Amino acid sequence: MTDVVMPQMGESIVEGTLTKWRKKPGEHVERDEPLFEISTDKVDTEIPSPAAGTLAEVLVEEGKTVGINTVVARIDESGGNGARAAAPAKPAAAPPHSPPVAAAPVPTPPPQAPVSEPAEAAGPLSPLVRKMARENNIDLSQITGTGAGGRITKQDVEAYLAGRQGTPGRASAPPVQEPAAYVPPAAATPARVRVEPMSTMRMKIAEHMVMSKRTSAHVTTIHKVDMTKVARVRERLKADFQTRYGLSLTYLPFVVRAAVEGLRAFPIVNASIEGNNILYHNEINIGIAVALENGLIVPVIRNADEKNVLGLQRAIADLAARARSRQLKPDEVQGGTFSITNFGTFGSIVATPIINQPQVAILGVGSVEKTPVVIDDAIAIRSICYLSLTFDHRLIDGSLGDQFTGKVKAVLENWSEEVL
Amino acid sequence: MRSCHWRDLGRINYAEAFELQRAVAGRRKRGEIPDQFLIVEHPHTITLGRNGHMENLLAREEILERAGVAFHPTDRGGDITYHGPGQIVGYPIMDLREWKRDVVAYVRSLEQVIIDALADFGVEAGRIPSMTGVWVDGAKIAAIGVHISRWVTSHGFALNVSTDLSYFQYIVPCGLVKPVTSMSVLDAGAPRENVIERLVFHFGRVFECDMAQASANIETGELIYD
Repeated sequence: MTDVVMPQMGESIVEGTLTKWRKKPGEHVERDEPLFEISTDKVDTEIPSPAAGTLAEVLVEEGKTVGINTVVARIDESGGNGARAAAPAKPAAAPPHSPPVAAAPVPTPPPQAPVSEPAEAAGPLSPLVRKMARENNIDLSQITGTGAGGRITKQDVEAYLAGRQGTPGRASAPPVQEPAAYVPPAAATPARVRVEPMSTMRMKIAEHMVMSKRTSAHVTTIHKVDMTKVARVRERLKADFQTRYGLSLTYLPFVVRAAVEGLRAFPIVNASIEGNNILYHNEINIGIAVALENGLIVPVIRNADEKNVLGLQRAIADLAARARSRQLKPDEVQGGTFSITNFGTFGSIVATPIINQPQVAILGVGSVEKTPVVIDDAIAIRSICYLSLTFDHRLIDGSLGDQFTGKVKAVLENWSEEVL
Repeated sequence: MRSCHWRDLGRINYAEAFELQRAVAGRRKRGEIPDQFLIVEHPHTITLGRNGHMENLLAREEILERAGVAFHPTDRGGDITYHGPGQIVGYPIMDLREWKRDVVAYVRSLEQVIIDALADFGVEAGRIPSMTGVWVDGAKIAAIGVHISRWVTSHGFALNVSTDLSYFQYIVPCGLVKPVTSMSVLDAGAPRENVIERLVFHFGRVFECDMAQASANIETGELIYD
């Protein structure tokens, strides 16, 4: 057993904070491999293991501050013995007749993520080489550099790629420690997954969606809306809109306008929850979900209740265009009190959207389709659209959700307003 | 006297500088090169130290993304900080075994380099006990965060020369509710090269090494070692 102690990182230093264990008890560690990290006064330090072996005991947990020379762990050298122990199986335990593959269900160290360590071994890499490695998903540690000082050159990468196409799989790879159990013997197949870190936007979206589902009691109610009147208004004004304002007139500003009427009639749908209080917002700021190439953003039409259909269409076109070219200002995505998502654009007739926190409801707009419907026992062709309202049942009861959606529906079905 | 190569790599994005540091630190650990003092400037970037707190990031990340600010968790000491144009970022890659095996002395010396360089421009800067960094009248002008592996340093300091300080509104710098400042704000604005020249001079003096300017291959970005 070798004791691992808190090292002294300077003359005046009497203690250190152990911030992170790089190994778990039972894991194998090489001599000089980073074993833990400590922190002193804005300096993070990796501490290498003093010996090779199995991390037998961890005596100081992460976050604890201890004096220098305090024993923080013990390493058992008998198992490892410096041998690279691909699977640290105890030879004695393996019955001599058993096939070699089955011999090692012993806790193998988790496979090292094959990312992020390439630069170290091969000296500085040119941006070009890094780019090629990234694009072709190459582990650079598998390439022998032929440049100055063993540096990996573009030619080396090209040669490696050429070789890889010929012999699929990691021909020259060092034995990768796969969890041995269920892998069929012929493991030399091309990688089955491609690992790509999420963009910050994607991580943020993921976090927000799960947070919202955890926060609100989501309920969705769906109403069928006859958009025929709106469709006629739209048909009549479309060309005029295009020539006079350079805007194509869509259904969306009509829905926004109708939603404003609904929010005026039922202010609780325009509220949010803070602790045990209900915050009624005096402004009606409507977020419009905009799909981006690889994500989404919800820019906000401020004081939507002060705009007519023309103003709303202009705001929607402007926000969407700037969202896509990433030119929105921070305050243009904040302060929304209600959201609308227009998945109908993508052909969806009904969906159940997730609430945009801290709001309490979101209106989803399906595609507008000509549909045969029964009116006064006659069959007619009408432009039908399904509106789905997802609301937070903590604050909004079912009947209220339906009253709100009913109001939106009524405004759309009986459209009488001038749009200009 | 030990020798130290310094070079001004100009504007370089954070991730690239991070990889470059790792590669250079790797070579330094293997004793292939002498100490290095890399000087860069980053585009708008917010970085979070290993022990940093996400709550010190005040803006949601998609807002940063839209404001053109990149976000990187990183492995230096310290909390959250901002890098951007108008800031001189210094990354010394030094083997402390050849200087002093003392991380606190190292950090105090980095502060001294900056304090002395600022004095050459008429700025009276100093320290605040237990608040690493360089301060002028209670406002932070330079931030410090360091990573050490086998006594080889990486990361370093960021000195606000003409930084647009409004970008600090997105964060609580280093988790401290203290104002930030810059040389320009203190009416001590100076061209970047002049400030670098003084930093390099004092770096050599404080760390007792010969400073030799080295270059980088412009096309490949590779550093050229003599």
